[in-house]
Amino acid sequence: MDFTLTPEQEALRRRVRTWLTANIPDDWKKFGLSEVPRPEAYEFLRKWQKTLFDAGFIGLTWPKESGGQGLTFVEEMVVHEEMALQKAPPVLNILGVGMAGPTIIAYGSEEQKKRYPAKILSCEEIWCQGYSEPNSGSDLASLQTRAVKDGEYWVINGQKVWTSLAHIADWMMLLARTDPAAPKHKGITYFLLDMKSPGVTVKPLKQITGDAEFNEVFFDNVRVHERQILGGVNNGWAVGLTTLMYERLALGFGLQVRLRITLEALVDMARRMEKHGRAMTKDPVMRQKLATLWIDTEALKYTGARAVTKLLRGELPGPEASAGKMSWVDTHQRLQELAMELQGPYAMLARGADVAVDSGVWQYSFLRSRANSIEGGTTEIQKNIIGERVLGLPKG
Amino acid sequence: MDFGFNADQEMLRATARKFLENECTSEVVRARMAEDAGFTPEFWTKLAEQGWLGLVYPEQYGGAGLGFVDLTVLMEEMGRAVMPGPFFSTLLGGLVILETGSDAQKKEWLTKVSEGQARVTLAWTEPNARWDAAGVTTTAKASGGGFTLSGTKLFVPDAHVAQALVVVARTRESGKPEDGISLFLVPVGAKGLSVKLLPTMDQTRKLCEVKLDDVAVPSSALLGTKDGGWAPLARVIERATVALCAEMCGGAQKVLDMTTEYAKIRVAFGKPIGSYQGVKHKAADMLVDVENAKSLTYYAAWAVDENVPEAALAASMAKAYTSDAFRKVSGAGIQLHGGIGFTWEHDLHLYFKRAKSSEATFGDATFHRERVAELINL
Repeated sequence: MDFTLTPEQEALRRRVRTWLTANIPDDWKKFGLSEVPRPEAYEFLRKWQKTLFDAGFIGLTWPKESGGQGLTFVEEMVVHEEMALQKAPPVLNILGVGMAGPTIIAYGSEEQKKRYPAKILSCEEIWCQGYSEPNSGSDLASLQTRAVKDGEYWVINGQKVWTSLAHIADWMMLLARTDPAAPKHKGITYFLLDMKSPGVTVKPLKQITGDAEFNEVFFDNVRVHERQILGGVNNGWAVGLTTLMYERLALGFGLQVRLRITLEALVDMARRMEKHGRAMTKDPVMRQKLATLWIDTEALKYTGARAVTKLLRGELPGPEASAGKMSWVDTHQRLQELAMELQGPYAMLARGADVAVDSGVWQYSFLRSRANSIEGGTTEIQKNIIGERVLGLPKG
Repeated sequence: MDFGFNADQEMLRATARKFLENECTSEVVRARMAEDAGFTPEFWTKLAEQGWLGLVYPEQYGGAGLGFVDLTVLMEEMGRAVMPGPFFSTLLGGLVILETGSDAQKKEWLTKVSEGQARVTLAWTEPNARWDAAGVTTTAKASGGGFTLSGTKLFVPDAHVAQALVVVARTRESGKPEDGISLFLVPVGAKGLSVKLLPTMDQTRKLCEVKLDDVAVPSSALLGTKDGGWAPLARVIERATVALCAEMCGGAQKVLDMTTEYAKIRVAFGKPIGSYQGVKHKAADMLVDVENAKSLTYYAAWAVDENVPEAALAASMAKAYTSDAFRKVSGAGIQLHGGIGFTWEHDLHLYFKRAKSSEATFGDATFHRERVAELINL
């Protein structure tokens, strides 16, 4: 057991630190602190990701020929930790970086691996994820969007829903049914779909927050060439699961880092809020709650580090990786609830009220956090996965 | 960076598990619970032969010269077996001697401890039940070239089977409670010293009341510097807290294993209960608690071993989390077993009780969360 870094890794840490100090734009602060990029920050974040890419601080574990740095998850962690310390802006193309890219690198043809990953990292092309449908959420394999073969093309008809960033995405990771006669897991194919294809309609879906970060996406006879298939016809379930595994692993770092940034902001806010004439951070009950969040956030970091160690040793992460998403969801939702509690009656105000705490950013993130236990697999599904795949309990 | 155990540590784990599965069965644990001593001399000799009584002491003092991460592995396995006896209390006494003793004191006592010839426990806490320096009210007054100790110590583990006690006493009153505390190595036969064994809810942990009624000790009984005992004691408690957390993680993991196995075979309404989400989801929650507790504990073990600046914070984070986790996991284990889990016959109550006694040792979750709050400058 050893948490020390090699001289090269320490040098990387210093280099990232210096670079971030010099390169995080001052006008970032005006967008407020938020887990999920708000629409008004999109253009800013596009530029920020390109800057990160040009400096070589994104896609560290990706192969060099895919625009990455060919390094290990330790370097990736170092960079993420420094970004947390410096409160760096988030990565806009997070679904591309966290999910599409790694899956293409794992399953793609040489041509696909050359074509897509680098533009994902540079944010030239933004990706969205076409998995969930109105009637297929937790039971994803029941999805009904159809793809019918027509010569070298496949013709897509159907609908996806809760599609984050579809309104600004260039590409979609699309799961569609290519063999309705096969058992449900065996008739699905993974397509790389150009969102500008004729027949693709994106309709914004207004959420609990009032923003429209999610969308409905409709496919009306959309023609996709067969070279856009990833991992082979009717192999989409396996490919899609790989994406979800990467989501848990790679996004895991990012999530932990964003959580730490948000936690520091919460502590900072708690110092400014008062209860009976003294700072909230001096109130014994609030100290307990803040310390609990601090401990849970650190636990997430070290559970992640144990998963990384297994990866570095060439093993597949087991319980550590599965525990991560659930802990994150639980911790983040409690954090957002505490952010409201700390504000007392100010919790009732929102953006636009000049006396709102931190310009009302917490009210937004509080509402947005309700999605955490639903998106990327509901907490109930995560518990089924842990119960069945990790603990070996029988299926229901 | 490498956040895992090495091959030697995995070997130690396998050896310890096999040894304890043979030597510390449920029947053995229950027999020791029912007796005052809590261990047998034969068992103690076997622990010595394995090299575990001196695991973390340097070889020159008869130890195996290993570190806290190695100790974490061993403690996890002992927790898994809910091992009774004075292993942990002897670790406490030994660590104080290692931290503060002169070369001669270390040579004499750590060698005896490692060989299984002597057990030394720590007489620190008092009826005021405080974990801070202000809680130390037992006095040690200089007299006749030595010291005279007076006061009452409570919650002293295994004093009834120890050959000597490390007594924490106040040698000087000062404005700062941390100043003026000294440590003394007192043989249990000393005149004026009485030990009373107390009934405990967790019968695998024997606790005593120790009364010091003008106990005279020579100046050679002093461990470390006069008035400067608090800092080394705090360091020992920090380390022992991490070791305790490891033992708790081992117990929690065992409860999860027992519960998972039971949920696979127990049938209700025609199906194994583990197939119902009401059971499955609770088991998943248990796993998350166990994994996070291990993560914080392993990190804390590395931090205290390397003596990094964050060590105190890491130890408190681990104790806060693990205290809650073990209690919740052992409670959920009983719940998922149903009626059988509530019986004396089933082993679950051993873990449930151990969870509670460990939670209350060296400060519970609330105590350590407040420490975390202080250490992160809230």
